[in-house]
Amino acid sequence: MIDLKDIKKDFPIYQHEPNLIYLDSAASALKPKVVIDRVNQYYETSGVNVHRGTYQLAYEATEAYEKAREKVASFISAQPDEIIFTRGTTSALNMVAQFYRNKLKPDDEIITSELEHHSSLLPWMANAKATQAKLVYIPLTKEGRITVENFKSVLTPKTKVVAINYISNVMGYKSPVEDIIKIAHEKGITVILDAAQAVPHMKVDVKSLDVDFLAFSGHKMLGPSGIGVLYGKKQLLNDLEPVEYGGEMVDEVFKDHAEFSDAPIKFEAGTPIISGAIGLAQAVEYMEHIGYDTIHQHTMKLHDYTMNELKKINHLVIYNEGADISTLTFNIEGVHPHDVSSYLDQDNICIRAGHHCAQLVSRFLEVPSTLRVSFHIYNTIDDCKKLIESLKKASDFFQMF
Amino acid sequence: MNIEHLYRQIIMDHYKYPKNKGLILDPSYMTVHLKNPSCGDDMTVQLKVVDDKIVDARHQGTGCSICCSSASVMTQTLKDQEVEHALSIIHEFYEMIKGLPYNPDILKGDAIVYQNVSQFPARIKCATLAWKAFEQGLNKIKEDNQNG
Repeated sequence: MIDLKDIKKDFPIYQHEPNLIYLDSAASALKPKVVIDRVNQYYETSGVNVHRGTYQLAYEATEAYEKAREKVASFISAQPDEIIFTRGTTSALNMVAQFYRNKLKPDDEIITSELEHHSSLLPWMANAKATQAKLVYIPLTKEGRITVENFKSVLTPKTKVVAINYISNVMGYKSPVEDIIKIAHEKGITVILDAAQAVPHMKVDVKSLDVDFLAFSGHKMLGPSGIGVLYGKKQLLNDLEPVEYGGEMVDEVFKDHAEFSDAPIKFEAGTPIISGAIGLAQAVEYMEHIGYDTIHQHTMKLHDYTMNELKKINHLVIYNEGADISTLTFNIEGVHPHDVSSYLDQDNICIRAGHHCAQLVSRFLEVPSTLRVSFHIYNTIDDCKKLIESLKKASDFFQMF
Repeated sequence: MNIEHLYRQIIMDHYKYPKNKGLILDPSYMTVHLKNPSCGDDMTVQLKVVDDKIVDARHQGTGCSICCSSASVMTQTLKDQEVEHALSIIHEFYEMIKGLPYNPDILKGDAIVYQNVSQFPARIKCATLAWKAFEQGLNKIKEDNQNG
């Protein structure tokens, strides 16, 4: 296990903001210098387009871009031609929903859950509306979890698609995706996973999962913003129509028809996010250097310490004591989350307040919104101590009124 | 600027003991509902205008203390004002919230405590939500009057 004592030195933000207590990594992780440098290097030494040019610089840019695809593919045990670079998880999940819009018929059923981030829910809600298919919600347990039993309870011969989260962005629960995928496939149902919260914290292996589509973002896993990944099984991708049309995604164009390139190029119309893909590959390399075991052990140590201390604070309610990753969701009773987060902001503590783009979770918890603390590799016990101290002050202060 | 100071000024009166809170079921009131989707603030305001004068102003909503208290302060500030003058007051309030110079002859009373919100840019949306809703209502009434 690598020593994390000086880990903050890898993240230049701490030189600019030495007192920063950043506890919102589930929204966006901080960027290590190696990633920033790699992105800059592309712009400083190249900056040209991929695939099109016949000159040396273009060849090198294409090499770097396609090597990034290979890196990301091996990171999740996929083949390079199963990796589509997108703008992020949102555009990846929207793309899958677009693929299936013409394939859904009235009364077909789409299984989803109240735990979904809006990007995993709304594209399917739109599909349901457009095709008169039906959105079906997996009943959550009292704790707020998806279970295999509850999944089976909504499975019917009309089920066509299952679109759920791998790990909930608010509750930090891991969905039992292995069993769900197996059961769905026995009935020929397609499974799409939102893995935006999974990839930053755990090894994701699309081959052993046997998942059909899986999406994640660069910026939550120490990579640049504006880049994400859609994994799709090769045979599925080859059968699907492009969602966007334009340059480079086409082989031959005639006046009345066109023949498209093979996946993944078919799904990357226009100039791709070259710097983002290259930066993402660097983030993968950095994550691999740290290692998931280290990430998990470190963040769970911070989680356990913080949860223990949170429980000692008056009027504080924790909503996800059994989380599988380090995300902590809570409220101070009688105090609006926004008031708490502003109070903490005074002490340079960044936490999330709101409904975290997952309004159905707030509705499930029967609260207007919540506070969320999330960790990554650069956080320390000292960060947690400062959080607790500030939360205690905030609780005492607001209880005065 | 310490945030406790800001909260002390605002919360005391208007968050815990709001003025003009609660909606009225009366079709002669204009009702406007606005949300701040990123944080979940949800505000409804009502206004009744007779002969170009705001004779009643109400609010009801859920949100943080800045949002809710600001709604209370707003109703107190705008009640009994003429429509055009109320729109000027709202404009001055926006200027003040952004930390820009404002006319203290137009914007007076409890509302000026929110000038410190300009130092907490993340909260500007909270402080202005009810005011935006009220402004929409006033403009709608003006429009309706112009259209006869």
